Amino acid sequence: MIVAKNVSKKFGKFYALNDVSVTCHKGECIALIGPNASGKTTFIKCILGMVVPDSGVINFNNNSIARSWLYRNQIGYMPQIGRYPENMTIAQVFNMMKDIRKPIGTHDDELVNSFELDKIMQKRMRTLSGGTTQKVSASLAFLFNSDVLILDEPTAGLDPVSSEILKEKIIREKNKGKLILITSHVLSELDDLVTEVIYMQEGKLNFQKSLLMLKQETGEQKLAKAIAKVMITSNQ
Amino acid sequence: MMQKIFSIIFLSMFFLFCRNTEGKTISVGKNKSVQSIQKALAIAKNGDTVLVYAGLYKEGNIFIKKSIVLKGINFPVLDGENKYEIISISANDVTVDGFKVQHAGRSEIKDLAGIMIYDSYNVTIINNILDDTNFGIYSQHSRKCTIKNNSITAYGKNEVQSGNGINCWRSDSLLIIGNTIKGHRDGIYFEFVTNSLIWRNISTENVRYGLHFMFSQDNNYITNLFKDNGSGVAVMYSHGVKMFNNFFEDNWGDAAYGILLKDISDSYIEGNHFLRNTVGIHMEGSSRIVLQRNEFINNGWAIKIQASCDNNVITKNNFLGNTFDIGTNGSLVLNTFNGNYWDKYEGYDLDKNKIGDVPYHPVSLYSMIIDNNPSALMLFRSFIVSLIDKSEKIIPTVTPENLKDDYPLMLPLSL
Amino acid sequence: MKKIIKYVIVDLLRNKIVLFYTLLSLIISFSIFNLESNTSKGLLSLLNIVLIIVPLVCMIFSTIYIYNSAEFIELLVSQPLRRRTIWISLFIGLSVSLSLAFLIGIGLPIIIYQPNSTGFMMLLMGFLLSIIFVSIAMLASASTRDKAKGIGFAILLWLYFSLIFDAIVLFILFQFQDYPLEKPMIIFSFLNPIDLSRIQILLKMDIAALMGYTGAVFKDFFGTTTGIVVTTIVLSLWILIPVWISAKKFGKRDL
Repeated sequence: MIVAKNVSKKFGKFYALNDVSVTCHKGECIALIGPNASGKTTFIKCILGMVVPDSGVINFNNNSIARSWLYRNQIGYMPQIGRYPENMTIAQVFNMMKDIRKPIGTHDDELVNSFELDKIMQKRMRTLSGGTTQKVSASLAFLFNSDVLILDEPTAGLDPVSSEILKEKIIREKNKGKLILITSHVLSELDDLVTEVIYMQEGKLNFQKSLLMLKQETGEQKLAKAIAKVMITSNQ
Repeated sequence: MMQKIFSIIFLSMFFLFCRNTEGKTISVGKNKSVQSIQKALAIAKNGDTVLVYAGLYKEGNIFIKKSIVLKGINFPVLDGENKYEIISISANDVTVDGFKVQHAGRSEIKDLAGIMIYDSYNVTIINNILDDTNFGIYSQHSRKCTIKNNSITAYGKNEVQSGNGINCWRSDSLLIIGNTIKGHRDGIYFEFVTNSLIWRNISTENVRYGLHFMFSQDNNYITNLFKDNGSGVAVMYSHGVKMFNNFFEDNWGDAAYGILLKDISDSYIEGNHFLRNTVGIHMEGSSRIVLQRNEFINNGWAIKIQASCDNNVITKNNFLGNTFDIGTNGSLVLNTFNGNYWDKYEGYDLDKNKIGDVPYHPVSLYSMIIDNNPSALMLFRSFIVSLIDKSEKIIPTVTPENLKDDYPLMLPLSL
Repeated sequence: MKKIIKYVIVDLLRNKIVLFYTLLSLIISFSIFNLESNTSKGLLSLLNIVLIIVPLVCMIFSTIYIYNSAEFIELLVSQPLRRRTIWISLFIGLSVSLSLAFLIGIGLPIIIYQPNSTGFMMLLMGFLLSIIFVSIAMLASASTRDKAKGIGFAILLWLYFSLIFDAIVLFILFQFQDYPLEKPMIIFSFLNPIDLSRIQILLKMDIAALMGYTGAVFKDFFGTTTGIVVTTIVLSLWILIPVWISAKKFGKRDL
C-alpha cells in the first residue's frame, strides 16, 4: 500500500533520511522505532507530503505522492503535538475537518464518545489541557474511517485510561484490515499492537521485520527487550 | 489718504454739477427730436448734456471732441458690430454715464476699445456695462480721469487675441473705483501711470493677470479682489507702490502667483489676504518693501523670495496651512522675517511672553531640494522628506541659517 | 478553498488585534477630522496614516499571524488539500479581514467627511496597500522558518518601502541632477507601491501645480485614465507577484 524507495532527505548537512526503502501492506500494524533524531517523524512527514524528499519515490497505492494531495483522503493522521486555531471550539474544529474531508460513508465517532469529548464540545481550543488536545487529535485521526492511520506518539500525554481506550481502538481498526503506522517511545505499549517493526537509526533504515521474526531471532518475548538486544548486538 | 480721495470725488462731482446747469440738454431717442447720437454730438456745444434714451444704437465710432456729458437713460445699447471702437474721447471734462457698450472691433494694428480716452483731462466714465469689448476702458496720456462702477466683461480665450479690461498708458492721477472686470487678458493694466488710486475693484477670471503694471510709480491699491486669474497679479519695475487690504485668491496653476513682484522698491504691502495661491508672493529683485499684517492661508508657497531681494521687512504676518512657508534660491539673506506667526512652529514659550523662545526657520530643506531638482516631487510628503525636514529645522545645514524668525509668535494675529 | 478562507476569516474576525486596529484607526480618523478645522488638512494627516501605519500594521500582523498558525497550517497540510490552496486561502483571509478593518476604521470617516475624488482615491489606495502588504508579509514569512527572523525581515521590508527606497531615490536625484529625470521618476514610482499610492492621492489634491514642469509631467501621466489604469495594474502586480513567489516557496517548504 505504501512503498518508499531510496528516500533521502537532508536538512543542511545533516541526513534526516538516508536511502530509506520500506514497504507497508494493508492489515499491518507497523511500529516505527528508533532513538531520538533517527528520522521517524521526518519519514512520516514524507508520507504525508509535509516534507518533500530530496530523492527517492514514495508510492501510495502504486501512485507517486509527489505533487498530489487527494491520496491524503485515505490517511488519518495524529500529530505528536496537535495545535489548533486557538479561538475555535472543539465543535468548530470537528466541523471544519469534516468540511475539508468530504468523507465517504459515515463518521466514526467512537473515540469522541469514549473520550467524552461530546460533553466539552463548546470549549475553546486554547483552554484545553495537553491531554485533552491529544484526545481531540486522536478522535480526528479516526473520524473518517481512513484506510491508513499514522499515529505519531499517540499515547504521549494521555492518562492510562484514555491510553487504554486508544489502544483498544487501534487493535479494532487493525482487525478491520487497515494499515497502521505508529511511532512510540514506550515500547511496552506496542507489544499487543504491532505485527511489524521498522527500526531506524541516524536516518538509515536498520531493518524491517515482522514482530514474530524479531522475537525468534532474539529469543525474547517482549518487544522492548528484543530491541534492546538488537541495539547491543549492532553496537558490538 | 481717505479724506484726500473723498475730497477729489466730491470736488469732481461738484464741478460736473456746476457745468450741467450752464449748458443745455439734447435728448436722443426714437421718439425724440434727435435720433442719432452722432447728430447730437454735432450740434452740442461745450457744457451741454446729451441724454440718450434706451434703444439699440449702431452708429460706428462715436467720437466725443467737446466737453459734454453723455448720459444714458436705462442703459441704451451702443453696438460696435465687432468693427468699430465704440466711444472715443478726446476732450477735457467729458462724462460718459450709464451705457451698455458691446461688441467692439478688433484690429491687428491698433488697440480698439469699448471706451477710449485720448490725451484728456478730467474725464469720468461711470456706471457703464461693457460686454465683449476687446479692450474695455482705455486711457492714454490722460490725467485726473475717473473710471467708476463699470462692469466690464470679455470672453478671452488666449493672451494674444484678447485685450485688457482697464488699460492705462502714460496717465496720471486716475481714480479707478468699484469696477468689476472679468475675462480679459489682464483685468487692470498700467504702464507709465502715476499717482493713481485703484480702490474696491473686482478682477476675476482673466486669462493672464488680474492686475498688471509696469513703470508705474506711487499708485495705491486698496481693497481690491483678484481671484481666479490665470497667473494672478504681476507688478514690475515700479516704486512707491502701496497695496492695502487686497484679496488675492485662487490663483492656482503652473506659474501662478498671488503677486509677482519684480523690481519693486520702497513699497508697502499691508493687510492683504493671500488665499489658495500656488505662490502667495513671488519676489524678485525687490528691495525695501514692508510686508506686514498680511495673511497667507493655504498657499503652495506663502512667499518665494529670490536671493536678489534685499532690505525687505516681513513682519506681523500670519502663515497658516501653507505647504511651504518661505522658499528661496540662495544662502545669502538680506531680509528680516521677525515677529510673524507660523502655524508650523513647534517651539515653546517658557517665559510666557507669547513669543517663542527658539527661532523658527521657515525654509524647509525639501523646498530647496525641489527648487534645484524638481523631479524630487516624487518624494513629496514622503516619510523621508518629513524626517530630513525635521532634522534640518533643528540643525540647519543646507537651508540659509540666517533666514529665520527670532521672535516667532505663539498665537496668530487677529487680522 | 472557500471553506478554508471561511475558517481563516472567522478566526481573524475574532482576533482582538484586528478588532483593536479597527477601533483605534476609527478613533484616530474621527478625531483627526474633528480636530482639524479644515477637512482637507485632516485628509493630509490621514495620508501619513494610510501610507505608513497601514502598511506597517498589515505587514507585522500578517507575518505574526502566519507564524502563529504554523501548527494549524501543518494540520491542514496533512489533510487532503493542495498546499497552494491553503496558502492562497490564508492570503485571502488576511487580505479580506485587514482591508475590511481599513475600510471600517479609516474608510468610513473618509466617506463621512470627504466624499470626493481625493477621499475616494485615498480609500482605494489604502485598500490596495493593505492587500499589498499582506502579500509582502506572506513572502517574508515564507522565506524563513524562524519567527524572529521572519518578523525582522518584515520590518526591514516595511522600512525599505517607506524609507530606504526613497532615500535611494533622493540619492539618485542628486547624482544625476543634470539629467531630465521626470520620466525615470515615473518608472521609479512603480517600484514602490507606497510612493505610487502617495503620488496618486496627492495628484487628486492638485499639488501638481506646485511643481512646475515635473508636476505637469506627473499629471499628464498619472492624472489621466490611462495613468490610473496603469497604476492599478502595477499595484495589482504588487499584490500578485509576492504572493505568487511565496506560494512557490511554501509549496517546496518542509513542515
